[in-house]
Amino acid sequence: MAGKIVINSERCKGCGLCVVVCPRKTIVISGISNKNGYFPAQTDNGDCTGCAACAVVCPEAIIEVLREGSGRVIVAIEPGKEKKPTLTKEKA
Amino acid sequence: MKTVFERTPTLKDCPTHYCPGCGHGIAHRLIAETIDELGIRGRTIGIAPVGCAVLAYDYLDVDMIEVAHGRAPAVATGMKRTNPDKIIFSYQGDGDLASIGAGEILHAGHRGEQITVIFINNAVFGMTGGQMAPTTMLEQVTATTPKGRTAAGEGYPLQVAELLVTLPGTIYVERCALSSVAQVRNTKKAIKHAFELQLSGAQGLSLVEVLSPCPTYWRLSPAKAMEWIESHMTKVFPLGQLKGGR
Repeated sequence: MAGKIVINSERCKGCGLCVVVCPRKTIVISGISNKNGYFPAQTDNGDCTGCAACAVVCPEAIIEVLREGSGRVIVAIEPGKEKKPTLTKEKA
Repeated sequence: MKTVFERTPTLKDCPTHYCPGCGHGIAHRLIAETIDELGIRGRTIGIAPVGCAVLAYDYLDVDMIEVAHGRAPAVATGMKRTNPDKIIFSYQGDGDLASIGAGEILHAGHRGEQITVIFINNAVFGMTGGQMAPTTMLEQVTATTPKGRTAAGEGYPLQVAELLVTLPGTIYVERCALSSVAQVRNTKKAIKHAFELQLSGAQGLSLVEVLSPCPTYWRLSPAKAMEWIESHMTKVFPLGQLKGGR
């Protein structure tokens, strides 16, 4: 885990754009709604590289991206390796 | 761990009223980031449109005013001429700029006003319920064209950027999209260049047209709306630097 994202779940509208653009497929839509009634995006940061693709497309600008060091990140997607991200409880 | 991406200070830390997956939120963020990067927060004045982005002044923490429908370039003209040291930008949708405000933008461009116009094109009137806009494409279904827009019945989509390119008063016209990470990054560069031109005192109007998704009135999921921009909109509204390189 070279990177980490923090999603403000209460402000998320669950549009799912981050889910689509994530090259590592580490973001999923939660099954539990927030107080506004939206199903927010959630992540376990499993394979997160800190590429910030999710933050760039987030219309609500509620994703913060952290990364080990500040160097250039090379995002490589291995073909054929489909790993479904599992949901974990988000800790504050 | 180092923070490599966070909310920029000019973008107020509050929820927006936009539908899930709307492009306005992304466009607001790009403008806010540009203002912060150029360090012009204290001397920028923005103009909010009539349309979905009418409450842009609630989200951008710079001086903003709200003007009558389509009149943003006319008001911006007065603001820039009386305050030449201020950075004036207008943020307008296609219902605002391309229909009722077509005269204003055309003549502001014709006069070569030193303003920056961010033109959000989503091919429908979003605020009022998804009616046909001048930029609605042929065969596109909207609330007022239930069988799709026809050239014989409703005319052709208006290509504002191409129209402004022909005017000698415009110095920079680019069409970008918010359809992917790469395109969003490119849009940011275009917006920044348009602001930089005004900062450098370049004589003329700069316009950045942004193809933006409206998942609600395109009746598509946010992800499909992004694909639809690439597959349908860019065919009618080709992307690129139409006038003035960066």
